Amino acid sequence: MGINIDKIRADFPILQRKVNDVPLIYLDNAATSQTPKQVIDTIANYYAKYNANIHRGVHTLSQEATELYEGARKNIQTYFNAKESHEIIFTSGTTHGINLVASGYASLLNKGEELIVSEIEHHSNIVPWQMLCEQTGAELKVIPMNINGELEMSAFDRLLNAKTRLVVVNHVSNALGTINPIKEIIKKAHAVNAKVLIDGAQAAPHIKADFQEIDVDFYTVSAHKMYGPTGVGFLYGKEELLNSLPPYQGGGEMIHEVTFEKTTYAELPHKFEAGTPNISGGIAFGATIDFIKGIGIDNIANHEKTLLEYATKSLLNIEGLHIYGNVANKTAVISFNIEGIHPYDLGNILDKLGIAVRTGHHCAQPIMSYYNIPGTVRASFAVYNTLSEIDTLVKGIQKAITLLK
Amino acid sequence: MQTLKEIQESIIEEFAIFSDWTEKYEYIIDLGKSLPLIEPQHKTDENIVKGCQSNVWLHADFQDGKMIYKADGDAIITKGIIALLLRVYSNQSPKEIVNSDLSFIDSIGLKEHLSPTRANGLVAIVKRIRIEAIARTK
Repeated sequence: MGINIDKIRADFPILQRKVNDVPLIYLDNAATSQTPKQVIDTIANYYAKYNANIHRGVHTLSQEATELYEGARKNIQTYFNAKESHEIIFTSGTTHGINLVASGYASLLNKGEELIVSEIEHHSNIVPWQMLCEQTGAELKVIPMNINGELEMSAFDRLLNAKTRLVVVNHVSNALGTINPIKEIIKKAHAVNAKVLIDGAQAAPHIKADFQEIDVDFYTVSAHKMYGPTGVGFLYGKEELLNSLPPYQGGGEMIHEVTFEKTTYAELPHKFEAGTPNISGGIAFGATIDFIKGIGIDNIANHEKTLLEYATKSLLNIEGLHIYGNVANKTAVISFNIEGIHPYDLGNILDKLGIAVRTGHHCAQPIMSYYNIPGTVRASFAVYNTLSEIDTLVKGIQKAITLLK
Repeated sequence: MQTLKEIQESIIEEFAIFSDWTEKYEYIIDLGKSLPLIEPQHKTDENIVKGCQSNVWLHADFQDGKMIYKADGDAIITKGIIALLLRVYSNQSPKEIVNSDLSFIDSIGLKEHLSPTRANGLVAIVKRIRIEAIARTK
């Protein structure tokens, strides 16, 4: 074990707080992770020292802010091994990244062509594609999942054909934690000349994707799920693909020259970054990458694996508890229900005990329909969680069962 | 027959004896467990309010100048709070319902359950209770 959990926990001010008079146990990391002081300080510092609009001022503050913002972009590029820094487009988050590509494809797709999504997607990676299909007359095909929460790869093979233009799947399922075989998916999609967009929101805090190595076409991430601030993320796209997409929104920064006869657009990445961006968020995203690099993503993954194994074992000792998503290759997410107890009730009692979990359908209703359940309770872990917090979770669940049954 | 205000006051009094949240929740859970709140034929798609977290059903009738509400929920805590809401609102005149406030929920420390972020359907239930009453005042 290469990490010191006490030291890491000390970096997160929020972990000191109490909820309902007891120390907070935060197990809703798949919804949003907490933010270390290195990132919080970066945001405060920006407003205290560099606040200025970027890319257009000759004055010192504007230049300093621009350098920091572009430095963050470069940091993200290097970390994820993109070929060029202008292939990293800053967005407000993963949903924005997906919508940007979906909107661009409206002018590239033809009636009768096909898109493939999967049954284990977040609504954010379903609805924009449904809208795109309605708009273009393209057809949406769905890779089914099996009872363990894995994609049926043989069904994927059958769905792929010469009409497939785009395959969109998540790297990791938000509701179940399943890690999808994206390298294989990308390879197979490329064999029929289809492009691939990967929703990396749930993967980025746990797994480092190497964009060139997996040869992905588009990959999109939110900072707030990986210890960064809310309201910022990025879309990676291969240069030639981003160039082939029309601009998403019009405005300042994204233009080359404006006349009423014809406006020409700026080069990448600015073509897709209309308006003043979330500058402090972008800079803090860079600090987030530094924070993760400082611990080491492999160390984070190892610690979380220990948590996952311990929590799975402990939870399965509880009578009537059923875990959804039982693949060997998953992140530290446990979606579960207890026989005869509504997830909302369990979530309520746990909140009273200071334990934050997620309940409901997790914006993944197709998965809930598959299992024929209204929702689940989801405990999702991060680098700062401990084995003793899992013991407290188990005790909390037992108390809730006594109250509710 | 107690007025709406009097019922709210007696609920506040009842809750005052609970010394911690566990006792309070035990009581709400018992309320949720004990009451059949709606007939199966009224558990229709028309009467359902789908929350992100839990689903609730509300059926309204108007008899002898009083509103009669029937409701149910699939989560037991939600159902217990619905039982309290029905105790307050059912069998009251539309006018009294329209002019009432919900401050008793705050006073008994359950305000968080009526927060929109909970998405448990309770906010929508309260809204529908009022809308049904408003419709009968015209």
